[in-house]
Amino acid sequence: MPVHGEIWTIKELFVYPNENIVWSIQIVLYPYLTGLVAGAFVLSSLSHVFGKEELKPVTPFALVFSLALLLAAPLPLLFHLQQPQRNIHVLFTPHFTSAIAAFGVVFSVYAAIVASEVWFTYRQHIVESALSLRKAEGLPARLKGLLYRVLTLGSYDVSEKALKLDERVATVLAGVGIPVACFLHGYVGFIFGSVKANALWMTPLMPVIFIMSAVVSGIALCLFTYIVIMEIRVIFKRPSPWGPERGHPSAMPQRETDIQIIRIIAKYLVFFMILALSLELLDLVFHSYTAKKPYEILQTIIFDRFAFNIFGLQYGLGMALPFLLLLLPSLSIRRAFVASILILFGVFMMRWNVVIGGQAFSLTFSGYMNYQLPIIPHDLDTFKEGLAGFLLLLLLPFGLLWLFSRFLPLFPKKEKLSPLG
Amino acid sequence: MRSHVFRPLWIALGLLALFLTARALYVPGDFGVHRGDYTYGWYRTGNEDDWKAVQVKHKGKDYCAGCHHENYAKIAASKHSRIQCENCHGPARDHPMDPPKLAVDRERDLCLRCHADLPYRPKVYTGLPGGPIPMKMQNPEVHNPGLPCVTCHSVHTAGWK
Amino acid sequence: MMNWSRRHFLKNSAKALAAAAVPAAAYELLTPEILAAVRKGKGPRWAWVIDATKCVGCGMCVQACKRENEIPWETTASRTWVERYVVTTDGRVLIDSPNAARDGYTKNNPMGEQVPAEQIAKGFFVPKVCNHCENPPCVQVCPVGASHVTDEGVVLVDRSWCIGCGYCLQACPFGTRFFHPVHKTAEKCTFCYHRITKGMNPACVDACAFGVRKWGDIRDPNSEVSRIVRTERVTVLKEEYGTKPHAFYIGLDRIVR
Repeated sequence: MPVHGEIWTIKELFVYPNENIVWSIQIVLYPYLTGLVAGAFVLSSLSHVFGKEELKPVTPFALVFSLALLLAAPLPLLFHLQQPQRNIHVLFTPHFTSAIAAFGVVFSVYAAIVASEVWFTYRQHIVESALSLRKAEGLPARLKGLLYRVLTLGSYDVSEKALKLDERVATVLAGVGIPVACFLHGYVGFIFGSVKANALWMTPLMPVIFIMSAVVSGIALCLFTYIVIMEIRVIFKRPSPWGPERGHPSAMPQRETDIQIIRIIAKYLVFFMILALSLELLDLVFHSYTAKKPYEILQTIIFDRFAFNIFGLQYGLGMALPFLLLLLPSLSIRRAFVASILILFGVFMMRWNVVIGGQAFSLTFSGYMNYQLPIIPHDLDTFKEGLAGFLLLLLLPFGLLWLFSRFLPLFPKKEKLSPLG
Repeated sequence: MRSHVFRPLWIALGLLALFLTARALYVPGDFGVHRGDYTYGWYRTGNEDDWKAVQVKHKGKDYCAGCHHENYAKIAASKHSRIQCENCHGPARDHPMDPPKLAVDRERDLCLRCHADLPYRPKVYTGLPGGPIPMKMQNPEVHNPGLPCVTCHSVHTAGWK
Repeated sequence: MMNWSRRHFLKNSAKALAAAAVPAAAYELLTPEILAAVRKGKGPRWAWVIDATKCVGCGMCVQACKRENEIPWETTASRTWVERYVVTTDGRVLIDSPNAARDGYTKNNPMGEQVPAEQIAKGFFVPKVCNHCENPPCVQVCPVGASHVTDEGVVLVDRSWCIGCGYCLQACPFGTRFFHPVHKTAEKCTFCYHRITKGMNPACVDACAFGVRKWGDIRDPNSEVSRIVRTERVTVLKEEYGTKPHAFYIGLDRIVR
């Protein structure tokens, strides 16, 4: 009768009998998604809070994407829990000396902020849609109208004064949201960084490293999705499938503006990548320079067992290569696209190397644990914490984004843009 | 001011009220901070009672002595005096009610747990009141392999049959 | 004015000195048994004393623990386990604990390797169990208050409240926690709470015929564990983590993990 984690853990040399890789693929995905939430939100806030006008066209998209990611982010944790039905205990009896306890509160506050900001951003669109669909025929249109009416929260005030107010409130929310986003993700770093039993995790740099890589991955994801959406529109030479302006000739995409935005985003991306890389290298250098008791085994993890993962995939493929792609002159859409994929992969590998790498050696410092991801699910555990559950939750935010885009135009046209355009 | 700006806030507050109500109903009354120690004393006191209520399975040899006084006296006088009956017979639980009969482990491996002559196994036994004695060790591959130890040895007297 | 402020200064300095002197004195005496005595609350504070020099690796403690506490026999995890350390003459260290030593050690096959007696420099067995730390990090990191310390210093898990996040499994430096394969909640040594609260010994203590495991009240200066900790050379595992473990070992080697 295996204990949790035994199925995918292969022990080598001396490992305590109770040790297993208990934090598996979903705990890799969880900080990854949370990071994407934070990153997407920071991107959406840059235009408000720091007056980065040039990023305005992607602001609503990044915001809605952040909401989609936000709703998916707790699910890996839920999939991982041995008693998922008790998840509410985290909110009911939070034990704040635990980094995980903060999650419920910070997450709820953050969700409220993002949802409110989405509301203020799209209020004009919601009200106008509700009004235009008031006398709609057919069940789908009537349901859509009903949804919009609910979303108005009973307020149909779209006077200039009210819209100005919306913009101001959205700016305030964006401002409040940035520290909350950083806190949300910084605390995820704290979950790992504060485990004193784990020699690889325990470093005060961990929260900051996580925030930086979060921003990197979030921006890269926005870049990736932005290009995908734009290119689909170009390739199929058809008007935007998003939102009610369908079929309107002015919705035809214009490549010229696209590459400008891409280049601006790329600049921010490079900036945050430098920060993330510096911090991660600082951590690595400190481990090897101070070479404390566990370093002997850490060395075998970092420079041997996980060397390809860390230096080949995470830093080489996921950091150095996209860095070059983004920095070489005359950045093209295609290059930006490839770079964004590589960065997303690189940050994922960083999460993998932290979570799985941190459990790859025993507390005895005399043994190893190898992780074997369950591919074919044959019971609930191997589904939830196997490839299938992982892919399901990885793709979920994209599904949610698609769903939201049916009701909220991701790239509103200039004149249609409510406060933020 | 009946501004639309506060509507999301009212919804949030409504959800909060709902949450607090659910919390009050769901969380047991004995959940709280105990000994003024939030770090290590934040729990449901009923949990201690839950653990106290776990059934005791190993009753100890005095419990066995109630009926099996002959064997109890025999082993108490032997060099095996510190070995619990239940080490070999299994936990008494509510024997003789439940289970009515206890199994006996007569495997060679059971004796070898102490008597196999591993090079790093302590050679002296200090568990007896009479002072240290040499530990009886056998190489199981040489000493009548395949034969149960109880063929010749008596466990209860720690001597010959 | 000058005068007043000087007197004021002196008075405050004296106060500060006095305040500093008290904790300094307290720290000087911060040995485990004193710490236990000044700890909040009254009554016993349970602790282990484990004499590793006497352990023969019979694994009876593991067997009794598994049966007493309903940890499925086929499960490799266990609330308590016994490790075997063998150092060869050429300096290799072989450590193992197959199936947590529930079947004891009956063959000379450390890590599955046959090592001739003449090639063994030293070897010994080390029983392991929850240290019931004074500052248990496993309790600190529980997000829902499902793990806690009792008045007697016993670290328990609430099976009806644990959400099974596994954070405590990560936080314990001694690897004493695991997920119970049936209850699906964090599982650990309870010091046999159901037995010690009835005046009985923990099951592993009773099962040990060699007197390896002792337990008692570290706050009571007359208890056996108190006397041993006070008068003999004892050590604890992994002191560097600052958890203040309450399993005091006699005869540990530096290679013990």
